[in-house]
Amino acid sequence: MARSIKLRIWRGDSTDGGLKDVVVEANEGEVVLDVIHRVQATQMGDLAVRWNCKAGKCGSCSMEINGKPRLACMTQVASFGEEETITVTPLRAFPIIKDLVTDVSFNYKKAMEIPAYEPPAELAPGEARMEQIDVERSQEFRKCIECFLCQDVCHVVRDHEENKKSFAGPRFLMRMAELDFHPLDQRKTRKQEAQEQHGLGFCNITKCCTEVCPEHIKITDNALIPMKERVADVKYDPVRWLGSKIRKREGL
Amino acid sequence: MTLERHKYDVLVIGAGGAGLRAAVEARESGLRVAIICKSLFGKAHTVMAEGGAAASMGNVNDNDNWMVHFRDTMRGGKFLNHFRMAELHAKESPDRIWELEVWGALFDRTKEGKISQRNFGGHEYPRLAHVGDRTGLELIRTMQQKIVQLQQKDGRETGDMESGIKVFAELTITDILKENGKISGAYGYWRESGEEVLFEAPAVVIATGGVGKTFKITSNSWEGTGDGHALALKAGANLVDMEFLQFHPTGMVWPPSVRGILVTESVRGEGGVLTNTNGERFMFKYIPDVFKDKYADNEAEADRWYEDQDNNRRPPELLPRDEVARAINSEVKAGRGTEHGGVFLDVSKRLPAEVIKKRLPSMWHQFYELAGVDITKEPMEVGPTCHYVMGGVEVEPDTAAAVGVPGLFAAGEVAGGMHGSNRLGGNSLSDLLVFGRRAGMGAVEYVKKNTATPVSDAAIKAAAEKIQAPFDRQGGENSYSLHAELQEVTHNLVGIIRTGSELKEAIAKIAEIRKRSANVAVAGGRKFNPGFHLAFDLDNMLLVAESTAKSADAREESRGGHTRDDFPGMNNKWRQVNHISSFDGEKVNVRAQSLPPMPKELFDLFDVHELEKYMTPEEVAKGGSN
Ligand SMILES: Cc1cc2nc3c(=O)[nH]c(=O)nc-3n(C[C@H](O)[C@H](O)[C@H](O)COP(=O)(O)OP(=O)(O)OC[C@H]3O[C@@H](n4cnc5c(N)ncnc54)[C@H](O)[C@@H]3O)c2cc1C
Ligand code: SF4
Ligand code: SF4
Ligand code: FES
Repeated sequence: MARSIKLRIWRGDSTDGGLKDVVVEANEGEVVLDVIHRVQATQMGDLAVRWNCKAGKCGSCSMEINGKPRLACMTQVASFGEEETITVTPLRAFPIIKDLVTDVSFNYKKAMEIPAYEPPAELAPGEARMEQIDVERSQEFRKCIECFLCQDVCHVVRDHEENKKSFAGPRFLMRMAELDFHPLDQRKTRKQEAQEQHGLGFCNITKCCTEVCPEHIKITDNALIPMKERVADVKYDPVRWLGSKIRKREGL
Repeated sequence: MTLERHKYDVLVIGAGGAGLRAAVEARESGLRVAIICKSLFGKAHTVMAEGGAAASMGNVNDNDNWMVHFRDTMRGGKFLNHFRMAELHAKESPDRIWELEVWGALFDRTKEGKISQRNFGGHEYPRLAHVGDRTGLELIRTMQQKIVQLQQKDGRETGDMESGIKVFAELTITDILKENGKISGAYGYWRESGEEVLFEAPAVVIATGGVGKTFKITSNSWEGTGDGHALALKAGANLVDMEFLQFHPTGMVWPPSVRGILVTESVRGEGGVLTNTNGERFMFKYIPDVFKDKYADNEAEADRWYEDQDNNRRPPELLPRDEVARAINSEVKAGRGTEHGGVFLDVSKRLPAEVIKKRLPSMWHQFYELAGVDITKEPMEVGPTCHYVMGGVEVEPDTAAAVGVPGLFAAGEVAGGMHGSNRLGGNSLSDLLVFGRRAGMGAVEYVKKNTATPVSDAAIKAAAEKIQAPFDRQGGENSYSLHAELQEVTHNLVGIIRTGSELKEAIAKIAEIRKRSANVAVAGGRKFNPGFHLAFDLDNMLLVAESTAKSADAREESRGGHTRDDFPGMNNKWRQVNHISSFDGEKVNVRAQSLPPMPKELFDLFDVHELEKYMTPEEVAKGGSN
């Protein structure tokens, strides 16, 4: 059954803007992105919003809904009260371009700074042998759809522009963990790099990133904390450091 | 204001699997490459691919090899495929998958630690390399990260990471430019600012993906507007066999807002069963003669197949997609569908809950969050959705060069020929890798032999005027409503089941919408304005729809992704015909062209009795073209 709902949308650009109230139809089963599209098609033809898959797979439709970082395509209208106004605003940690669209280039810059995967030189294509159990840790992190909600929520940068230079954010610290756990990666300095160049030390394991992750990746428990532990190992225990190197070789 | 200008050796339009693979190839050969895409980097359609990438690595069943894969592909396409593309694809896919692994991809593993492979419709053996049901994400992320690796290398050498390969994200190309009959570059606008950009380059690779948004119910995102198809047509290239569209049998049907969203074929690959509202497993009724020896005609055998594939025929749920989509369509028409116009797909009775969640995690998620259905306990409701276009730019198989336009290349879903009248699941992801690489190689060879031609001021002026035009019109048509009208026409008149009279009606209606679209006006400014963006996408969709409707009207038979109520059944004479669309500046013209015949060495890979089902007696008697 169609019903009218109240939507409050942030409209504007980097120079000026504010919340606009609209009333729009919502049908059974619809998500917030559906009603935003209806507003776009019927009331505000130039309303800017990003989206692609409409199924929680591409990470494009990230925004803040009633103040919480979420995917608009995976947020049911019915999850709000009948009388409740749904407020949609752009991601707070990134500069505004227009309406619900922000400049997320920070994340792509960080991606370019993470040293790439380094395969064993002698391994020919098709010869790799890895156990399922050994790839699963990194596979969990590779589920990431780069919605950057974790990057948006993390307090280290959310209201601290000055930290952006030295902090890669949970998504990219996790990428470093992913490579460090990759059974075949040969680069041995990832832990130190995470700590010294990408700001792992800023993270005080509040788990806010984990809470907003639409892929339910346990970013803090499975990536950040183990990385911190590995950093500690490397720093204070040369014997275990050697051991970790050897274990890694066995994974080949 | 001065126009933003860039010069490159190769422009790749599209950052899906095909575009990224082409870009890697061209950069590794030392050329300077620009990658251009409409969305953010990493969000292209390929990211949504679920089931896997087909490659006959033989990791799960060592009877598999390229010849078996080639045969399956030709059968799936009802022998309308370009034999050479199908051959290259079958031979090269395994190397392309292994290469991804060298770049850091982590596929699911077999017990021996090799890349695991899963069953899929139309593939004789388990053949799809996969990562759960998010294979496309793995593919795109791996190549994205490979590009970062190349950029880091360039950075070490030149001090500028973007000196050799640069991504221009959220930029739409509106024109491919030519001077003296050869490619000279491309023109477009930044979606963010609306400002215009000129790229000059001797070679352009089109890798823009599909056309799903021309239809009302589709698994495609807003990007699937057939831009590359239309850009190629306007640049003087041809499209081949645009009548063939794949309606994927299983899209979501409820609630309405998710209608069309894909339910991966892996659900059936993992044992999912289709039933109607009478509880009947209806697919047994729909096994066509040509497939009778490969598919089980009773439940007991179909169920045994999951345990013992060597001694049982496959369950009919795994027939090629066109067959399953038509079967579901018939069941619903006969009144045995659900109240929402679908049928049931159930995997909950075959597998324990934890296995379902592990093998089909994103399906579980998708149904739970969007439809409130727990697929480990209850069936899903599914129905056909417009998924993939087999037709596309006519190319030279070995180089992916667009026929007739020097300097233009096309790969991926936008290219035609490879899949014939129907694509097998999993054959797209491998197609992207095989022909993406070949398009990159083709462009490299071309650039070595041809210098850049400067773009003329006249060409720039024409392209710029086109972009400005909708802003200068007052009170014209609204692009959103014209798009909705077009979707109504294609859905009702050019859909799964077609007839001549309806197709003619569609052609007239599309022409009428196209006339009105010349008068589209845009409200608001240039800055990130979706109404303005859609105005351009609409123009492309209209050309694609015209080409599809006209090709469909011309083909008087039913084959693969083209079913004619007034001409049921395949006709072996029509198998020798490709439909070639070209554009004369006013309208799309469609002509018949004969399909290149298979050479003897490929012909001999088939049992003659099988070929008799598809070929005329003269062709069979000839036994191959050489
Ligand atoms: C839901 C879903 C699941 C699928 N699952 C599978 C599967 O399991 N196995 C399989 O083999 N296939 C699958 N497919 C099919 C397969 O994913 C697609 O055919 C394939 O990804 C297309 O790749 P591509 O590189 O050709 O183009 P795309 O990935 O579609 O990328 C097109 C690119 O072109 C850009 N572009 C388009 N127009 C312009 C323009 N005018 N200017 C600039 N840039 C432009 C876009 O921004 C985008 O970057 C699936 C498809 C869908 C929709
Ligand atoms: S756990 Fe660390 S990375 Fe995650 S939000 Fe908290 S501080 Fe940021
Ligand atoms: S880790 Fe999760 S929240 Fe962060 S970008 Fe990836 S998917 Fe989004
Ligand atoms: S649109 Fe893709 S995640 Fe929402």
